[in-house]
Amino acid sequence: MTPLRRFAFRFAFPLFALVMLVFPALPVPDFWITQSNYIGLYTLVSMGLVLLTGVAGLTSFGQAAFVGVGAYTAAYMATTLGISPWLTLWVGILLAVLSALVVGAITLRMSGHYLPLATIAWGLALNYTMANMDWLGKYDGLLGIPTIHFFGKDLGTGRGLHVLIWLIALAAALACSHLLDSRPGRAIRSLKSGTTMAEAMGISTLRYKMVVFVLAAVLAAISGWLFAHFQGSVNPTPFSISKGIEYLFMTVLGGVGQVWGAFLGAAVTRITEDQLQVLLPRLIGTSGNFETIVFGIVLVVVLKYAPDGLWTFVGRWFPAPQRVRDWEGAAPLALRSKPQRGELLLSVDKVRKQFGGLLAVNDVSFEVRGGDIVGLIGPNGAGKSTTFNLITGVLPLTAGQVTFRGEAVGPLSSRQIARRGISRTFQHVKMIPEMTVLENVALGGYQRSRSGSLRAMLRLDRAEERSLFAEAERQLARIGMAAQMHELAGNLALGPQRLMEIARALATDPALLLLDEPAAGLRHKEKQALAGVLRQLKAEGMSILLVEHDMDFVMGLTDRIVVMEFGVRLMEGTPAEVQASPAVRAAYLGTEH
Amino acid sequence: MDASIFSILALDGLTNGAVYALLALSIVLVFTVTRVIYIPQGEYVAFGALTLALLQAGKVPGTAWFLLILAGLVALIEFVHGLRQHHGARRLLTDALRTLAWPVVASLLAIWAAPRGYPMLVQALLTLALVTPFGSLIYRIAFESLADASVLVLLIISVGVHFALVGLGLFFFGAEGFRNPSFWDVRFNAGALSLSGQAILIFAVTFALIVALALFFERTLRGKALRATAINRLGARLMGISSTGAGRLSFTLAAFFGALAGLLIGPTTTIFYDSGFLIGLKGFVAAVFAGLSSFPLALAGSLGVGLLESFGSFWASSFKEVIVFGAILPVLLWRSLRDPHDEEH
Repeated sequence: MTPLRRFAFRFAFPLFALVMLVFPALPVPDFWITQSNYIGLYTLVSMGLVLLTGVAGLTSFGQAAFVGVGAYTAAYMATTLGISPWLTLWVGILLAVLSALVVGAITLRMSGHYLPLATIAWGLALNYTMANMDWLGKYDGLLGIPTIHFFGKDLGTGRGLHVLIWLIALAAALACSHLLDSRPGRAIRSLKSGTTMAEAMGISTLRYKMVVFVLAAVLAAISGWLFAHFQGSVNPTPFSISKGIEYLFMTVLGGVGQVWGAFLGAAVTRITEDQLQVLLPRLIGTSGNFETIVFGIVLVVVLKYAPDGLWTFVGRWFPAPQRVRDWEGAAPLALRSKPQRGELLLSVDKVRKQFGGLLAVNDVSFEVRGGDIVGLIGPNGAGKSTTFNLITGVLPLTAGQVTFRGEAVGPLSSRQIARRGISRTFQHVKMIPEMTVLENVALGGYQRSRSGSLRAMLRLDRAEERSLFAEAERQLARIGMAAQMHELAGNLALGPQRLMEIARALATDPALLLLDEPAAGLRHKEKQALAGVLRQLKAEGMSILLVEHDMDFVMGLTDRIVVMEFGVRLMEGTPAEVQASPAVRAAYLGTEH
Repeated sequence: MDASIFSILALDGLTNGAVYALLALSIVLVFTVTRVIYIPQGEYVAFGALTLALLQAGKVPGTAWFLLILAGLVALIEFVHGLRQHHGARRLLTDALRTLAWPVVASLLAIWAAPRGYPMLVQALLTLALVTPFGSLIYRIAFESLADASVLVLLIISVGVHFALVGLGLFFFGAEGFRNPSFWDVRFNAGALSLSGQAILIFAVTFALIVALALFFERTLRGKALRATAINRLGARLMGISSTGAGRLSFTLAAFFGALAGLLIGPTTTIFYDSGFLIGLKGFVAAVFAGLSSFPLALAGSLGVGLLESFGSFWASSFKEVIVFGAILPVLLWRSLRDPHDEEH
């Protein structure tokens, strides 16, 4: 990184904040201040969508409705009841949270596209409600909303309010960036790539989907509160579904995965919208909202040719600096009690899995004892991976029982099983490619730490973060990858990615490690390295259950082997016994006739 | 409420529900084949109704010009793409011809026929010929190159298309609303119940189309190809079924159904350039009821939406939209309780 860039990165935010906060003190036209106020208000809403759409992979077309909740609450309580804006803010937030919880609770259990559809419906329903309620002024809305006073000083609707709007917007941006770089933030960033991996790390994905959706609603409601006092009146139009779509548009335009892209998207949208509203009717000859044509086309073009939005071109100047290694001597995370060598750890008792008419796993039984490496082998389609998914709770059992350390874990979810000390890797590597190796491994430490979203936003979680990173680095060092910890996980080759998954599983402090085909697709050298790591883990007393295809790899490593064929257990024994068995040979190579 | 009001409301609801069914079926069809949640489905309704209205008034409908421009644009994009791929002149020419033929013929026909005041049925057929090609053109211009993007990206694109189409609708049709004359001006009275010819027409056309669609899926090779694509795109592609071809076909069918819905609903309500959105979203409520996957449930959901709307407008007329769109929340709740593990696509 050149010194200029380092300087740019270091001082970009303070400089930007300073400029925006002293902006109203400069002799600029009032029109600029008004525009800048709008940009600040839009940014707040757009930032919520960045978290929701860009980071968590969900979306909402109903953000304008949440803005409306904040605005109408402020307007109604101030004009009719005469309550101070500083109180109505909290009421508006509360109402937004409640409505987000209801919409979220109903839709977030299902696949991602039901949320946007539900938000369209909810946005429309709310808009029609506003427009038809006598006490909300119907289509005329509510007029005469007082301005905000701060310790007796009237903030007005221009320069004074500008300071408040931008203070809130900048603080929100800082809080969101802090959140994304934290324990809950990593959980949120894991949502986009499916739920299986996150749940296997003990993360409740439903809970974090809810957190993000509620957070986006709160940001929108705050924007609405400011909007009401900025405009002095509210009516249903600015909270309609097309405004909700416009918020999504500016988010995509700015850069859907970037908190700072929200500022850019809001600014470009506001300024061009203003120009287009003058230019297009003059060009076409009649008045109308013709700017939607341009917005619609730009939205399609941006998603096609620059899916990361305009921030791609600005963000180049601010590459993320390498994480500062500040966790030397951090307090270690808590450890769970480990099983004794030879103690019965996992007992699989006649488990069965039926998919419709197909019996994928038929009454399979085996045991894993403390300190053992047990291999689960068999030809393709033998039911190994299904057995694995039954043990880890990814699939529900049709019949049978799985007992882990004396507790029946059959009916538990994969998250609950993970919390009891079974950790796993995946046949097809599941990771978050845009996070560094270190951050991916720190995800494993999730269930050993506690900091929540609010603590993260306020940066009260730093001590625990240091412990998490210290643990992640320790696990990476254990498998010989400490040198690569600052690389983006997506840039690694397959071999190191698989090792990283093992480090992530180790970071959960497991009592039993389940590896799903860890050697698949690895080159010879990489396989040797992996075998070395597993031997070392065994020497340290780790218990491992291994699903594997590669016979050489399994034979040299395991204490016991379970062989499966066509969903049933063919035999169980030491590697030598399995190798000598004619039945196993027949299963793999066929029989002579 | 007495029996006569009840029967009037029920009939009214079922009539509208039958129109929504055409939209819901299109939405389900497009989603299963292409994974696009096609928000602009309602725009075809407005396009259909307004095209017929302008033809009735003896004016050249804006759709004719719009179609020409869109087809020209698609042909141009494909031409440039073809040049980059070093296609021969012959292939470039046939590709362009294939893209342009129908739109140009339909548009010229409309421009020629508009002032001549042909019978309404001819104008209706002309309307269908004008609006149907939009489906494939929009698919090619907005969705085809992104066929493998996530459902979320496709959804945002479809919202972008909706935005553009509404604005263009205003440009091509103006802000004026139209109400079309009835196709069949008769009334049958059975006691308190009065059945209009238009209602009978709506039921008949919807029924015929559902039967035709069922036959298409069950009996024809192209229908089976669509079903195969809906079940597994990659598998279908490996069997030699073109997934872009399937996408174009499903979008064309959706445009045809949408335009037809516009013709059917035109005489019962005044249609503006932006009316399609709300009508289409009612189709969406029904499609969501069907989990965006089941045709029979989409039909049932549409009739339910129609009934909810007519009874809702009787009890609380200004809140009928609130009731219809609010109803999606209990529907989603029911779905999420019924099928909670419908994750990850």
